[in-house]
Amino acid sequence: MLLIRCPYCEKDLPEVEFRHAGEAHLVRPSNITEISDEEFEAYFFLRQNPKGIVFERWRHVHGCGRFFNAARDTVSDKFLTTYKAGEPKPALGESA
Amino acid sequence: MRKYSAFAIAREAFRGHKGWEQQWRSPEPKAEYDVVIIGAGGHGLATAYYLASEHGITNVAVVEKGWLGGGNTGRNTTIIRSNYLYDESAGIYDHAVKLWENLSQELNYNVMYSPRGVMMLAHNIHDVQVFKRHIHANRLNGVDNEWLTPEQAKEFCPPLNIDKNARYPVLGAALQRRGGTARHDAVAWGYARAASARGVDIIQNCEVTGIRRAPAGHVEGVETTRGFIKAKKIGVVAAGHTSVIMQMAGVRVPLESYPLQALVSEPVKPVFPCVVMSNTVHAYISQSDKGELVIGAGTDQYTSYSQTGGLHILEHTLDAICEMFPMFTRMKMLRSWGGIVDVTPDRSPILSKTPVPGLYVNCGWGTGGFKATPGSGNVFAHTIARDEPHPINAGFSLDRFRTGRLIDEAAAAAVAH
Repeated sequence: MLLIRCPYCEKDLPEVEFRHAGEAHLVRPSNITEISDEEFEAYFFLRQNPKGIVFERWRHVHGCGRFFNAARDTVSDKFLTTYKAGEPKPALGESA
Repeated sequence: MRKYSAFAIAREAFRGHKGWEQQWRSPEPKAEYDVVIIGAGGHGLATAYYLASEHGITNVAVVEKGWLGGGNTGRNTTIIRSNYLYDESAGIYDHAVKLWENLSQELNYNVMYSPRGVMMLAHNIHDVQVFKRHIHANRLNGVDNEWLTPEQAKEFCPPLNIDKNARYPVLGAALQRRGGTARHDAVAWGYARAASARGVDIIQNCEVTGIRRAPAGHVEGVETTRGFIKAKKIGVVAAGHTSVIMQMAGVRVPLESYPLQALVSEPVKPVFPCVVMSNTVHAYISQSDKGELVIGAGTDQYTSYSQTGGLHILEHTLDAICEMFPMFTRMKMLRSWGGIVDVTPDRSPILSKTPVPGLYVNCGWGTGGFKATPGSGNVFAHTIARDEPHPINAGFSLDRFRTGRLIDEAAAAAVAH
């Protein structure tokens, strides 16, 4: 079980308090009715699925209930950092 | 290839078992192949076998970064069934079941296919309605599937607890009698032996590090840890690592890789006559011929390539197993492990040509690819050999996520695939 730091509660808590919520930093196109099928596929279905550092969303469902983002290594499952929703991708050179 | 038979066993018994030969060759890679298959799991080896046996293409290599059958082929819970909702799914999975039925004879290798019946339990009204809908859809597609009352389910599988006060009461079950199990390792070994005998080179410990493409776009070959191998066509059958391989060719695929866990108990005498699945509580159980209970759990919630998962996932499954089969509460579990499964948005696989000429992909089998091994290899070989899909896999194209023609088993079954 993963140990996850909620950036709002500022505590390391067990994974069962959280719900994974997919890749982070996906932006819904504001002109969704006008984009092409290719663009819709890229937004809606295609994912990075990296072997390495992934940026992903989590939700602290059994705590504060808020969404936040995390950077995690998908080979070791180790979290590099977690940060609040809306904040930019962190530069990982320093925190890693 | 020397044929295996009762006579061969008798002959070798008199000769001190000195005449058994290697089951497959381990050659050095040649400079060039007509087809290179990336991934020597069941699906990749089956593809190579059918390329050689049905399409006459024998200048084929199967490259594998680890050892043959060491990924999800050797890690799954070996369940075989074809009672899927949609026409396309019923088509491909039932094609596989028909091939399973004669596979041991065809490969001259005992894959221990055992049609002992797969029973899926319904625990709530939603399950009952969904399963009955599946049964009707299956009948229209010529796939056997029947409804059992709780008493009939108990009769078919005596260890089952059908007490109305159980935590997960059994309201009924859907039974596919042709479903069952097979020996996963033997499937990989049998296909490897039969393919190797027809000229296919199986190259283990050879990791693909790049896919080389001509300026016009067509594939030229694969860069590997054992040098460059030229190839006219490349088939990617890399399960959880498909995203990584396809990235090398510049193709993005709609996949996410998740850990899926399984575990086995200590071996005991035969106590469990069939396969029981419960999607609602995430528990899949059968008994191997060695006597171990083979138990499958659900996926972890996060993407990963670690081949391990969280202990709480296994605990959740064992809670359910103990509740449904109280006689197992004191069994000891021996081993648990994880595999990395590649999951598509609609939970149906992709067997398809790609935007890159000469590059083909067979992926997205998610949590239930073992059952499809023969059918998948058979139609994927057709796709590669003819450069067009077989009617059975035409719907499982990569571009369905652009056209919107999804095969939405995710919405149909919600959990297990």
